[in-house]
Amino acid sequence: MTKGYRRYNDPRDTGGCGLVGFINRDGRRVDGSHIIKSLCLMKERGNGLGAGFAAYGIYQDLADFYALHIMMDNPDVKPEVEQVVFKFFTVHREEEIPTRPNRHIKNPPLFWRYFVEPKKECLLGEEDDGLVVRAVMNINDNIAGAYVISSGKNMGAFKGVGEPADIADFFIIEDYRAYIWMGHTRFPTNTPGWWGGAHPFTILDWAIVHNGEITSYGTNRAFLEMFGYKCTLLTDTEVVAYALDYLLRQQKMPLRAAFYVLASPFWKDIDIESAGNMEFAEALKAIRIQYAPLLLNGPFAILFGWRFGLVGFNDRIKLRPLFAGEKDETLYMASEEATIREICEKPDRLWMPRAGEPVIGMVKEVARKGA
Amino acid sequence: MKTVKLEETAVEIDASSVYYRDLNDEINMAVNEGAKHLIIRNVNGQRYIGAGLQGDDIRIDIHGVPGNDMAVFMDGPTIEVFDNAQDGVGNTMNAGNVYVHGHAGDVCGYGMRGGRLYVLGDVGYRVGIHMKAYKEKTPILIVGGTAGHFLGEYMAGGIIVLLGMERRPGQPVAGDYLGTGMHGGTIFVRGEVDSRRVGKEVGIEKPDDAEYKMLKKELSEFAGVFHLNYDDIVSVPFVKLYPKTHRPYGPLYNARWYWQRGG
Repeated sequence: MTKGYRRYNDPRDTGGCGLVGFINRDGRRVDGSHIIKSLCLMKERGNGLGAGFAAYGIYQDLADFYALHIMMDNPDVKPEVEQVVFKFFTVHREEEIPTRPNRHIKNPPLFWRYFVEPKKECLLGEEDDGLVVRAVMNINDNIAGAYVISSGKNMGAFKGVGEPADIADFFIIEDYRAYIWMGHTRFPTNTPGWWGGAHPFTILDWAIVHNGEITSYGTNRAFLEMFGYKCTLLTDTEVVAYALDYLLRQQKMPLRAAFYVLASPFWKDIDIESAGNMEFAEALKAIRIQYAPLLLNGPFAILFGWRFGLVGFNDRIKLRPLFAGEKDETLYMASEEATIREICEKPDRLWMPRAGEPVIGMVKEVARKGA
Repeated sequence: MKTVKLEETAVEIDASSVYYRDLNDEINMAVNEGAKHLIIRNVNGQRYIGAGLQGDDIRIDIHGVPGNDMAVFMDGPTIEVFDNAQDGVGNTMNAGNVYVHGHAGDVCGYGMRGGRLYVLGDVGYRVGIHMKAYKEKTPILIVGGTAGHFLGEYMAGGIIVLLGMERRPGQPVAGDYLGTGMHGGTIFVRGEVDSRRVGKEVGIEKPDDAEYKMLKKELSEFAGVFHLNYDDIVSVPFVKLYPKTHRPYGPLYNARWYWQRGG
């Protein structure tokens, strides 16, 4: 068991998680004040045992380097971490992640960020991304008290134990500018509330925030471990990030197909589909059989972000809330309608997404160069 | 928070950026001081508005989006929302009226035991589950739009009317598992309902004359509240969904009872 777990496992009231995210499809970057304002409206959905943010586009000047955000229980583990980091990567720049004291944030870990480039001689017949995943798993698994919080390019995750407003204040979130923002406030139910267990969960630039519970965690984890993923953060949500990395990066699966893996239609619905579109039904069937161990069971609403998009999706019978809104080039998704209305006056469209059908927002082609 | 007394028994409350507990305290205080008509503006996400509130002569107008569990345990007042509502509207409501001019989210009317809940637009998933009726109390839920999965699941009493008006082409009036586990009450659906979406415990037939009479009375009230054309609403025939038995899971959970009564 990790040190972090024992340190922050203070029991408190038990309520549901709250999530919110938005994407500016035109690549326009906005500061963190919006996501903070909207997330704080859902204070009641969390209980102060975890809050966090993911932001894309925050390191424009260092966009070519992987940004490793690393959480360390104490400064003593830093040399061990750096042994791995400097072995695998050329470090272009390193610094402490700026934080500011907040009276509600007690005993925070140390947060350090490294902007790195993989060393070509370390590649084992893999692409750069593969090496980064390997290094992240190495640190998470082998160095007690050190966890890589995010590892993508031009993005970062910031998370910890506290109310959304306090975590935002601690990490000075309002100073970052991003074109995709994700936020989460946590109400830990059956896994501990600790710094590593706050959302988002990330690998490379895939980031996940989640409300619900993944009851298939054991099956999903056993499958992912066969492909080198190590689940070390003591929370079910972690598997979703690795599953999507496996499907989208390793298996090069189209986006929609990947969501049919995670929230596969019921057999009865596949049967109904086969009456109309046999080919599609056969594809659904093949996906369900081939990737059965990655099917997510249990109630969930999930937001999934990466450098080109933001996706919201639900379990197949919508056992957790998810709401969507749209105004001009911005797509919003959140646990509650009010959360969106708080930061979006006069939306063009507001709707309740259907169970099992992903809502997808993609950065426009023209805006991707800068992204 | 700014509260303005409009006349002897009417107050206006500005709820912008007010914490939900403070807003609810303010509402309760106004009611205790004799207010009968409360107009609340700039509501956004404040939970539990009207929770447990009593008084048949109390009227609350809400401008903005109220938070979850609006009118939970409410016992008498009338709340009119001139926008959308979120999840859990009318949770275990006992008496009174709730009128929502937009859509409403998941689990509305959960365990509702009396009063009226009218939603002009769509509702989310698991709406009206375990509604119940007792003696003179019969809860009535009317939805102008469509509903997600599990409408009226485990329904024990009361009436749900689903109108499915202004649908997109191909959009079903209700989701799957309609009335699954139903053992009391009635669901009326305007137009047709796809039998594969309906729970195994549910029978489908035409409403009889007495039921049509009751439906028409309720629908004329619904039309009145939202200024709809009543004739348009009743121009399409309804189907009635009813529980085939009052104890659908008896053989599963209490086999002795089931076989003693003769299978």
